[in-house]
Amino acid sequence: MNAPVLPASLRDNPRPAQWIGFEAEGRVRLATGKVELGQGILTALVQIAAEELRVPPARFRTVSGETDAAPEEGFTAGSQSVEASGGAIRQVAAEVRARVLAAAALRLNCAPSALEVADGRIVQDGAPTALDYWTLADAVDLERPAEGTAALTPPEAFRYIGAALPRVDLPGKVFGGGFIHDRVPDRLLHARALHRPWPGAVLGALDEATLSRVAGGPVGLVRLGDFAAVTAETEALAGRAHEAAEARAAWSGGSPRAPVPSEPLALVGAEATERLLDIPGRATAAPAVARIAARYLRPYLAHGSIAPSVALALWEDGRLTVETHSQGVGNLRIALAQALGIGTEAIIVRHRPGAGCYGHNGADDVALDAALVARARPGRWVRAQFTRAQELSVVPFGSAMVVDLAAELDAAGRPVSWAMEVFSGTHGQRPGHNGRMNLLAAEALAGAEPTPPAPDVPDAAGFGGLRNAVALYDLPPQRIMHHLVARPRLRTSSMRGLGTHGNVFALESFIDELALRAGEDPLAYRLSLLSDPRARRVLEAVAEMSGWAGRPAGGDGVGWGIAFSRYKNRAAYLAAVVELVAEETIALRRVWCAVDAGLVINPDGAANQIEGGVIQAASWTVKEEVRVDADGSLPASWEAYPILTFPEVPEVFVRFVGSAGDPSLGLGEAAVGPTAAAIGNAVAHALGVRVREMPLTRERVAAALLG
Amino acid sequence: MSGTIGFTLNGRPVTVSARADDALLAVLRGTLGLMATRFGCGAEACGACMVLVDGVPTNSCTLEIARLAGRDVVTAEGLGTADAPHPVQAALLDEQAGQCGYCLSGIQIAAAALLARNPDPARAEVAEALAGNFCRCGAHNRIIRAVQRAGRMMRGATP
Ligand code: FES
Ligand code: FES
Repeated sequence: MNAPVLPASLRDNPRPAQWIGFEAEGRVRLATGKVELGQGILTALVQIAAEELRVPPARFRTVSGETDAAPEEGFTAGSQSVEASGGAIRQVAAEVRARVLAAAALRLNCAPSALEVADGRIVQDGAPTALDYWTLADAVDLERPAEGTAALTPPEAFRYIGAALPRVDLPGKVFGGGFIHDRVPDRLLHARALHRPWPGAVLGALDEATLSRVAGGPVGLVRLGDFAAVTAETEALAGRAHEAAEARAAWSGGSPRAPVPSEPLALVGAEATERLLDIPGRATAAPAVARIAARYLRPYLAHGSIAPSVALALWEDGRLTVETHSQGVGNLRIALAQALGIGTEAIIVRHRPGAGCYGHNGADDVALDAALVARARPGRWVRAQFTRAQELSVVPFGSAMVVDLAAELDAAGRPVSWAMEVFSGTHGQRPGHNGRMNLLAAEALAGAEPTPPAPDVPDAAGFGGLRNAVALYDLPPQRIMHHLVARPRLRTSSMRGLGTHGNVFALESFIDELALRAGEDPLAYRLSLLSDPRARRVLEAVAEMSGWAGRPAGGDGVGWGIAFSRYKNRAAYLAAVVELVAEETIALRRVWCAVDAGLVINPDGAANQIEGGVIQAASWTVKEEVRVDADGSLPASWEAYPILTFPEVPEVFVRFVGSAGDPSLGLGEAAVGPTAAAIGNAVAHALGVRVREMPLTRERVAAALLG
Repeated sequence: MSGTIGFTLNGRPVTVSARADDALLAVLRGTLGLMATRFGCGAEACGACMVLVDGVPTNSCTLEIARLAGRDVVTAEGLGTADAPHPVQAALLDEQAGQCGYCLSGIQIAAAALLARNPDPARAEVAEALAGNFCRCGAHNRIIRAVQRAGRMMRGATP
């Protein structure tokens, strides 16, 4: 018999004690390498552990993302946490229950099958016993590696999985406190760093005396190559000192940026690594009678978290402790060790909640800032924080993209050939990716080597620039050319959905164009090319929810659009319908989503994720764009980088249509592509002309109308 | 430049010593240790730092402390507590209205001020009242529903 296959996270962290412990006062410790980013992951993981341990969620205490106290599970990213950590926790919790029941059976001299667990207590043939998890904790070896043999609770017996459990962390956030921003260790020193405004910039002299005088109090300066940070005893003074330093910083050399007419188009023709992906497809004998081609653009996008990035660091006796809201504490630890030239064993990194995180933001960069200052001021906790301007200019961006699509069509308007070209910067430059540090300040330190061009996210991780480039329709062979631009004009890395926003916008706009050309309903045209039953089901469900069949005729400013994708081509299926009014500007009214994510652990939390994804993607699609100003600068304020506001958000309706018998599929990023494309398609329906360049601003709509 | 300034904070008189140009937000968080009021942009753009000043929602990140002498300031802590929540706070939890939650303190303030003058706001009225509060996680619709629910609670109607 083959050994059972353990979930990957459990294989990497096989000792049950790494995950679960029984603590004083009837509490259960649940440790995970995944971290809370506002997506509700800790609640979902507690539900899973509660289910298999038969302990109500209120008894749990979670430990997450601590390199000295939680399993290492890589990045919390890519809609994989429920699949990866949840899968491991489910298995390990079932195994812990089985081991405890075996120990109890020995004590009670009965068969384990006569026993069960209720609220952590051992019950024998329905009657309570004196035993429970806590009294038996010493009798059970949780250090012995998990075997993966314990039977899992079947879906029909679920009590906690599938229930809309309230978020465990939300009360703390409603009543104040609870964020990394709120941590104030004794004798805290406040730091604010200066970061290069463009690659390779050289920083002129700064002096403490001047900064202290201008800021109105004693200010320290930490200077390492072209990195500098001011320090002060209070946050207010640190802020004034930083303003003074920014105003006096003389930057020279390097490669300042000049504005270009179009950031996405600057990718075309730039130095790039090229790769062709040939996707097999259906053979077709029908002759081509027409060829159509279109180009779609997406700009650089900023994370724009509501809070600035923050980190705390303490350097003591050559050892470093860091508190961070990074998505990957283990990888950050390795990158910090590299940047500081010390061993990883000298570093502890602990996750603390930050504001919403949608990818590789400034959390890791600011952690190095804090660590560098802490090393220069040993024995004190140092707190570093970015400014809003830094949040919008020096942290990595989601890459701009150009997507070209071309198809030859038969007499029925169905594709007989299919070609796509994608131009993009990398979507993967996280700390530790490909053995690189990828930390902002590291490149400014004296003697630092310039970072070579980064590869993209590996195919096995779901692609970067090519994420969702492969269309799921029944198409002829797809020829997909990827141009991975070596040096995009802005620093790029992972942002929610990676290439999926640009690619699905392009693919689903193009499909819509083919449908219109064939004179067919965009829904019917899609279904005619779609045999995957789960894909068909989300499209049919969203049509039913929204009343697609009764939509207005279009052409008079009111538009309806539909779009579909399966995130990463292997996570959740999602179809969206958008209703909007396109006049002077685009006013989004309603968005409907039908989602198949298999077994949904927490339906309300999952709906919250989908709703949030819709609104964020809507904001990207109609408003957002990072531009290099006439003076070469990047956005420094929300005025320069507007996002969707309350009066502009559409109503969002979400329905889950999957089956609890199917495995859980990641859904956090599932809405991003279909929302963008459905908006584009609705604009085309409203106006009769198509805008192929995001964001779909008033100027672009007007230009399209003028032809 | 430093001096003492007295004002009412969450119903109690306080006196703080600060530079006249210190921002109220810095005094709340740094001097008084009240962490519900949050820094988002420092430039009056996002509403994360909103407090009530004489009942009016006001961004505290640039508000000079000297201008507050004798005035009445309410922070999210002053609206309610976990044991005795303000209807807006209770409703935010009822509706699970939030993802990261960072925006929620400022939103509570703007919503409380709205409901004080209009306990039965339409969706568009809530949205308009929250126009100065950014939420990057996209929890807007839940937040709007929560504000309307809080209004029903305040009117004594069934939530
Ligand atoms: S922090 Fe005050 S408005 Fe943004
Ligand atoms: S819930 Fe994260 S910013 Fe609003």
